Amino acid sequence: MNWTEFLPSGIQLSYLVAASLFIVGLKQLGSPATARRGNQLAAVGMLLAVVATLLEQQVLNYGMIFAGIVLGSVIGAIGAYRVEMTAMPQMVGIFNGLGGAASALVAIAEFWRLLGTGANLSATSLVTIILGVLIGGVTLTGSLVAFGKLQGILPGAPFIFPLQQPLNALVAAGFLVGSGYFLVEPSNLLLFFGLVLVSLILGVAFVIPIGGGDMPVVISLLNSYSGLAAAAAGFVVGNNMLIIAGALVGASGIILTQIMCKAMNRSLLNVLFAGFGSESGGAAVAGAAVGTTQTVKSIDPEEGAMMLGYARSVVIVPGYGMAVAQAQHTVKELVDHLEGKGVEVKYAIHPVAGRMPGHMNVLLAEANVPYPQLYDMDDINPQFDQTDVALIIGANDVVNPAARHDKGSPIYGMPILEVDRAKHAIVIKRGMGTGFSGVQNELFFKDKTMMLFGSAKDVVGQLSNEVKQL
Amino acid sequence: MTTATLISCLFVFVLASFVGFEVINKVPPTLHTPLMSGANAISGIAVLGAILVSGALGWNLSVVLGLIAVVLATINVVGGFLVTDRMLLMFKK
Repeated sequence: MNWTEFLPSGIQLSYLVAASLFIVGLKQLGSPATARRGNQLAAVGMLLAVVATLLEQQVLNYGMIFAGIVLGSVIGAIGAYRVEMTAMPQMVGIFNGLGGAASALVAIAEFWRLLGTGANLSATSLVTIILGVLIGGVTLTGSLVAFGKLQGILPGAPFIFPLQQPLNALVAAGFLVGSGYFLVEPSNLLLFFGLVLVSLILGVAFVIPIGGGDMPVVISLLNSYSGLAAAAAGFVVGNNMLIIAGALVGASGIILTQIMCKAMNRSLLNVLFAGFGSESGGAAVAGAAVGTTQTVKSIDPEEGAMMLGYARSVVIVPGYGMAVAQAQHTVKELVDHLEGKGVEVKYAIHPVAGRMPGHMNVLLAEANVPYPQLYDMDDINPQFDQTDVALIIGANDVVNPAARHDKGSPIYGMPILEVDRAKHAIVIKRGMGTGFSGVQNELFFKDKTMMLFGSAKDVVGQLSNEVKQL
Repeated sequence: MTTATLISCLFVFVLASFVGFEVINKVPPTLHTPLMSGANAISGIAVLGAILVSGALGWNLSVVLGLIAVVLATINVVGGFLVTDRMLLMFKK
């Protein structure tokens, strides 16, 4: 076998090795002990795949491609080292968008190349190109809107207007009809770029009606789309490596989407189309009615510190409010003082505690909380019966007992952290505002619940000082 | 692309999806964010397609779009793997 025969086979075999490295890498990402190596294996697989592709005989434009790779690497590296851990959802969101954009561009560029060769474009080629453009385009603009909502550039509330869903359906139907024409008349460039534009509009239309509280689901779903977009680009250029890697990512995104939906007790369709949180007006009225008939018990940090310091076991329930206040390091200090007094401390993490799956775990890991101290909902719930104090910091809906019994509540049926089973609950909160669901939390009105009003960081800092002096 | 290639591509796609579901199903919640950003980096595999379409010598729309795609996908790949590594370094027993 001479060199010219060996090279194509060698490239394909390299792809096979790279695909295997991706699978083994993802498998190892499944355990904290091996996760870092898994990520590195996947990176090696990627490097191998890129080098193999550079050896393909049609690749001649080395100078420009290297320049592109260097530029991309520098931007990517700077982003990766600069990003704050609280901003991870935005980071993943924007990266999803870039992946989608790249896939759509590949589909458009390949279409242009085929058109230039003057060859007859087969229907199968055209279908793969349309799919590549559609999935990539939706991923790009959908991710940009999600990024805008998470970053606070766009309002987090669902953006709803009359006849929104019929209009969206009309645009989608227009895309289908346009695609049909395109299959018959592929040289109509106006039509083709019209399809590109409509894909981009569909991405915006898909994410704007979804509220900020539902972003963990949207980010997971867009993660899946970015994989599917890569797979679609693989169909366009006929490359198995893209198809395999894209399918793996597509599957992982769908699994995470399902987990997030289950944690909020909502179907994916409900998340995408219901505009959850938009009827906060009505719910707020209901909340006010509760407020007039019941009173809450408020304590000061000194009393809180007594309760915590003399408890046997404390479970901390961090919510996104803690992350927003950047209070995780102060919380870790408080826990260190408590542990110094012999108190057993655990953290209870609700699956939607952060802005993306597993976000809270990363934020606490950053504050040097060892991961064996973090407990999932299913593991911690049976332990609340033996807990002296549950300390809730910036969490709301995920600890509302109404989810268990109040059939009229919008959060009815959502799995919650059952902090009301603990002997006492201390809630750190700015005021009596409602959570994302817009409903008042009946936990706050229970006899064994004490409210500690103030910003999470200040209050936890005061608690920490008081505990130290006990 | 012929229909026969399309079918064989579909085989690869569907089987790889099943592998993905099996491999990722058991990841504990603690690792969901690193898993997502790691998977995100892998979806930057589109860089391969970008290299292929921008490979020709000389300038035309394909090459320009391909090169833009190379930059965007490389940001995705390099940024994704590095930020995942940064996160995983923080996970301590």
